[in-house]
Amino acid sequence: MNQKTNISTFEDLYNECENSSKTIWQIAQEKEAENEEISIEEFRQNVKKSLDAMKEAIKKGLSSNEMSISGMCGDDCSKLQASYSNKKALFGKTFEKITCYALATIEENLRMGRIVACPTAGSCAIVPSVLIGVSEDLNIPENEQINALITAGEIGRIISNKVALAGAVAGCQAECGVASAMSAGALAQLRGGAVEIILNAVALAMKNLLGLTCDPVCGLVEVPCVKRNPFLAIHAVTASELALANIKSKIPVDEVIDALEQTGNLMSPMLKESSQAGLAKTKTAIKLEKEFLLK
Amino acid sequence: MRQSSIMDIISPIMAGPSSSHTAGAVRLGLLARNIYNEIPKKVTFKLYNSYAKTGKGHGTDKGLLAGLLGLSVDDSRIKNIFDLDISNQFDYKFEYYEDFNRHPNAVDFIFEGSTNMTISGDSIGAGEIIIRKINDFSVNVTGKYNTLILVYKDVPNMIARVTNSIQVNIASLHCDRFAKGQEASMCICLDGGINQKVIDFLGLIENIYMIRYIKKLES
Repeated sequence: MNQKTNISTFEDLYNECENSSKTIWQIAQEKEAENEEISIEEFRQNVKKSLDAMKEAIKKGLSSNEMSISGMCGDDCSKLQASYSNKKALFGKTFEKITCYALATIEENLRMGRIVACPTAGSCAIVPSVLIGVSEDLNIPENEQINALITAGEIGRIISNKVALAGAVAGCQAECGVASAMSAGALAQLRGGAVEIILNAVALAMKNLLGLTCDPVCGLVEVPCVKRNPFLAIHAVTASELALANIKSKIPVDEVIDALEQTGNLMSPMLKESSQAGLAKTKTAIKLEKEFLLK
Repeated sequence: MRQSSIMDIISPIMAGPSSSHTAGAVRLGLLARNIYNEIPKKVTFKLYNSYAKTGKGHGTDKGLLAGLLGLSVDDSRIKNIFDLDISNQFDYKFEYYEDFNRHPNAVDFIFEGSTNMTISGDSIGAGEIIIRKINDFSVNVTGKYNTLILVYKDVPNMIARVTNSIQVNIASLHCDRFAKGQEASMCICLDGGINQKVIDFLGLIENIYMIRYIKKLES
């Protein structure tokens, strides 16, 4: 192995970008090709496979209202589309696309469709809805979409060096929360943000989601996971808008990730994917659980 | 430590809804299939704890069977596997247990056929899995490495004879036995791959009863 330093923090990434006058996706694809012993082109092909699968999941999800095995979820995307065809969304077409694409993807997931875990299955709709919804509206070419997905992946990878991206380890802040931070950074890049702005978007999105628990009803990836995906997709847009306006996170991004880690450690195991508290133990959830077990 | 990869974050492409309960189940099935290595007459799946409780809603049962039939984690047939002809190759049934000595997402595959074998594994999160036991031997097969599993009579020099026959670097080596001089197992994770010639050569070593070469799973 050569002696090049590994990038394990956002500070490392920022410095590497500064020193080499390259942007995040360029550095990331070079490192990735080197570590995995493949060419940059092969790596980009792998990323494209994920991007294509994301687009396919959106397409399928938009035209289905099949319910999940539990029967709790599956028809929200068709409801939202029907509503938009009657009455435009307050924030316009891009908002409509992002929210519909998010529900389409996460509903494909719960009906056992083919999705891309990004970073996880329960948070699989946030990155695709933002990335693909915005790219369609702004006519962003595929090459740049791949660049943005690489940046999203690099953001998630750096966070995962400190915090396992699993609800059972650190709560939903580490699943949907991180997906939202990845999306915020990717979107800032798509809209021409410099490295500093991209990292600020990550910090702003992540900071606002610290403490998010994982308390799924009946232990299934449905309630509240399905609706949380469109919410946190829009959350990512807010973060990137603020960052693009040069609004800075007072707490640097690496320190926000430290706080994410600490919050995850302090969070009760009852709120980390074990369905022993929170929404999962509400009166209605207990009733739903009984019904589900009888099925 | 292995440098983390972007592809860990923006993949796998998989059938939903859960990386641990669906994709992990398929991967456990795939490893069990390769370890058993023949068509069984009957398979009993014992699901434990969270796998037992939420498995149905997550398609864990479908995933385990699909893996055993050789389907990959993103195969669109997983969802309807019970209705497809390929699932008629052998009889199967599912049993559900609560056992707090076991991992929250644990499964036993009980194979009956010309060979009987019990394989136990856990889905430990984010699609990562471990096969922990084959019959009563403890092993450590994660699907991340090409892995050689041997069952042999516990005699001096066995480890040296085996490792001398393998020309690739060994990432880890784990042995277990019933008692001195009795049946023992060896589980070797390899950095590279070995070919059939090496496996045939290992088969010539006296006192080796079973050899399985389990290729690493696609991520």
